[in-house]
Amino acid sequence: MQAKATNLRGRRGDSVVFSAVGFTLQSGRALVVTGPNGAGKSTLLRVLAGLLGADEGSFRLTDAAGIDLPVAREAHYLGHANAMKRELTVTENLSFWRNFLAADQPSGLSVDAAIDAVGLSGVGHLPFGYLSAGQKRRIALARLLVARRPLWLLDEPTAALDAKADSMFAGLVTAHLERGGMAIAATHQPLGLESVETLRLDGVHHAVDSEHGTWDDRSEVRA
Amino acid sequence: MMALFRRDLAIATRSGGAAMLAVLFFLAVVAVAPFGIGPDLNLLARIGPAFLWIGALLASLLGLDRLFQADREDGSLDLILMQETPDLILTVFVKSFAHWVASGLPLVLVSPLLGLLMNMGLESTGAVMLTLLAGTPAIAFIGATGAAVAVALPRGGLLVSILILPLAIPVLIFGVSASYAAVTDPDPFWPPFMILSAITLFFAALGPVAAAVALKAAAD
Amino acid sequence: MSDVSISPGWLTRLANPSRFLELSGRILPWLWAATLAAFAAGLVMSFNAPEDYQQGITVSIMFIHVPAAWLAMMCYSLMAVSAIGTLVWRHPLADVSAKAAAPIGAVFTFLALVTGSLWGRPMWGTWWVWDARLTSVFVLFLMYLGLIALNRAMDEPGRAARATAVLILVGFVNIPIIKFSVNWWNTLHQPASVMRLDGPTIHPSLLYPLLVMAVAFTLLFFTLHMMAMRNEIWRRRVQTMRHRAARAIGSGQ
Repeated sequence: MQAKATNLRGRRGDSVVFSAVGFTLQSGRALVVTGPNGAGKSTLLRVLAGLLGADEGSFRLTDAAGIDLPVAREAHYLGHANAMKRELTVTENLSFWRNFLAADQPSGLSVDAAIDAVGLSGVGHLPFGYLSAGQKRRIALARLLVARRPLWLLDEPTAALDAKADSMFAGLVTAHLERGGMAIAATHQPLGLESVETLRLDGVHHAVDSEHGTWDDRSEVRA
Repeated sequence: MMALFRRDLAIATRSGGAAMLAVLFFLAVVAVAPFGIGPDLNLLARIGPAFLWIGALLASLLGLDRLFQADREDGSLDLILMQETPDLILTVFVKSFAHWVASGLPLVLVSPLLGLLMNMGLESTGAVMLTLLAGTPAIAFIGATGAAVAVALPRGGLLVSILILPLAIPVLIFGVSASYAAVTDPDPFWPPFMILSAITLFFAALGPVAAAVALKAAAD
Repeated sequence: MSDVSISPGWLTRLANPSRFLELSGRILPWLWAATLAAFAAGLVMSFNAPEDYQQGITVSIMFIHVPAAWLAMMCYSLMAVSAIGTLVWRHPLADVSAKAAAPIGAVFTFLALVTGSLWGRPMWGTWWVWDARLTSVFVLFLMYLGLIALNRAMDEPGRAARATAVLILVGFVNIPIIKFSVNWWNTLHQPASVMRLDGPTIHPSLLYPLLVMAVAFTLLFFTLHMMAMRNEIWRRRVQTMRHRAARAIGSGQ
């Protein structure tokens, strides 16, 4: 399996936050996207997940035979928010996503096993809202385990995690890579991963040169 | 999809959920009507069906803005949007239906009680109940579109109501006229009721599609 | 907190939740016994009461209707006192008391409405009339439901209790105004017949069962209220333990 981005350009509003981004990622490899705040790390991940349209370029996921796979169905996306309901218990939250994300056939770990894997055994019966910020993030990581998807798109995965949980997370990702998975993580913390490639976004914003013109007066001057 | 239905229902009925609020609002709105109109029982019986319908319409609009906003705030919406469009439409349909079961169905169930307060007869109450059962899902489905359009707005609640009210007018027209037709003799009950059901089916098909498109467009 | 000292000493001692649980556990059996005894006496007297020459047997509904309506109002007064306790002394037991009373009050109000409606059917020929007293009680019912909804809508018990307390007091101040305006709006109900300056107009053969039933209902209310308070205290303890459990799981790794 291979993930390949070619000449991606993404923008937020009227300004281009990155352009000409390309990379190729093979099974078992991870890509860490770094860069200063506002460099477009989150935007890039949302573009990869298909949540935002790319301005230009393409991102394709292909299997060993070179056939295109739907990214939305093959990828886990972990954004800034944890995608959990505070009213429901941890188990209810995770079993919902387990059912929802693997509609056709349940794959991945059982809910209890996933909770164990993030080191929070016994937390299942508690409402999600009772947990601390770090515990919530760890349960959000457990979501990646209850449905098996080869590509993990992680936006600041270790936010709110302490050092111990950091290494737990590194272990989870390493295990995922060893099973032939891929991971793309946006972060400015070292993840403690081996076998990673790094993509650095410089954070220089450009005005959009659109054929319809823009509202950005700098481009008007240049034109 | 059953999992999604169960989850939304569980959230709506857990403590602090919105399910009971719609019923309370319905109760309060219909209960204040006589204070404005006067306690004349014959008059109340005459305007009862119309007032119950207006109350139910307003109550159905109440929680609509949270339909997708709650999922957007906690990040669930991103995962829901990472679906192929046909699946997304089905998801929106299920969410709207769950919303109706949690907050629309209770309105139908308490309507006889309010019929009592409005001095409506047995037939008239039954007709209102039946038309509400057939008509309120339409409000939930078309409301999903409004909720999707306003999903990113911080104060979308009022806006959703303003957007949806004009679209729900046909539901009101045929719901009320079927309710009256059941009790006034020369008017037939079935034609307006069939049209009402048809509107519900039409919105059940159109609403989720429009909402799915709007949600995809609003992703940022 | 320094402002606790304002509250009377005996109240402070009683108002420790653990102490309340212990004390109420000892009182409850006796309260139950008194309630059942009062109900036994009241029901026997009610069924032996003569029929009214105008209203016939339907007058018996009054033995439930009037006590329920009386409790509907007393319960709200009790909640208002609790609300003052919440706002002035910030005492958790006052929060618990107000929260526990609301559903009970709502049920008694509903009971008063239903029995009134059952009585009205043969008397007025309709289940419901928008007369001043019925309407006031109905508004009270809506207020109860609103208070319950507000309390349920917030996770944090202390904050929920303070918000609810403010609303309870505003409602309490408002009740005479509501009552007055509804009276203005419509008067159809018969005038009060028990509480009058020139003595009760109701015949003693009906009055005594009514009074005994009123006592029985009041005892029932306090029994239920005490049980509901105990439940609420335990519920909060469970919640606290769950929070503690969540913290323990995180730090134990």
